[in-house]
Amino acid sequence: MSKLTFNTDNCKGCGLCVDACPKKILRLATEKINKKGHHPAEIIDQAACIACASCALMCPDVIITVEK
Amino acid sequence: MIVFQKPKALTDAPFHYCPGCTHGIIHRLVAEVIDELGIEGKTIGIAPVGCSVMAYDYFNCDMIEAAHGRAPAVATGVKRANPENIVFTYQGDGDLASIGMAETVHSAARNENITVIFINNAIYGMTGGQMAPTSLPGQVTQTSPYGRDVKACGYPIRVCEMLSELEGPEYLERVTVNSVANVRKAKKAIKKAFQNQIDGKGFSLIEVISSCPTNWGMTPQAALKWIDEKMIPYYPLGVYKDRSAKKEEEAK
Repeated sequence: MSKLTFNTDNCKGCGLCVDACPKKILRLATEKINKKGHHPAEIIDQAACIACASCALMCPDVIITVEK
Repeated sequence: MIVFQKPKALTDAPFHYCPGCTHGIIHRLVAEVIDELGIEGKTIGIAPVGCSVMAYDYFNCDMIEAAHGRAPAVATGVKRANPENIVFTYQGDGDLASIGMAETVHSAARNENITVIFINNAIYGMTGGQMAPTSLPGQVTQTSPYGRDVKACGYPIRVCEMLSELEGPEYLERVTVNSVANVRKAKKAIKKAFQNQIDGKGFSLIEVISSCPTNWGMTPQAALKWIDEKMIPYYPLGVYKDRSAKKEEEAK
């Protein structure tokens, strides 16, 4: 079972992880605002995650941890 | 099992870069390479002046802040005094290709055994988006509101091609980080540049074509696309010099 963890407070909401995800299961949570005032990235469907770490590779702020 | 986590060579300090700025990706790649080669304890980084001026806050190794453009000169001194240490510089295009051009060219010509990570985003980021020596012809910046006029300002400098004409440098490669595949290739290049130094081969420079969404006036996504559409045609990716590989080929 794969697991994505976001260090949400450091997210700047750039959305590069959302575009990188081959399964299209990430989104920017437009109803949430983090400490920095951005809409943080979050995963919609944890079960569909294949732990490819594409999101983490593109994240400029290194906030994603990928476990399998 | 952990597939991916923040490398140990990065501190917990959050990056100050703008949202979507690829500096963060390149910082992480350098840190991953330091981790994988097991050189964290003996690596010394030289920070530039520019957006990455605060790089010393982010890397867990010893860092020195150099005067604007002088990072290769400082790195030369550090490496010559401490040959057992691994010394890298991290410089932007305003630092390396403008004010620090002399230091760059001469440290390459002397084949100093250092690693240079050169971030080319075709603009001066920290000072607010002025025209850089690497700005593309016709590119609109704060100081070229009608586009870069090559008659008045000359043509952008292709650093890898220029240095490849010198006898000195060991390894020159241009990569980018605008897609997952390119990030992987960039990491391979950066790892080779550090490995060359460990093997005592000499000067390695990796030019990373980077984005500046804020000063280009684009979304992070559009900026990555702009790299493909505008930057890569003028700055083609590839290996521009690999002296060891060339020698091996000649020996065959």
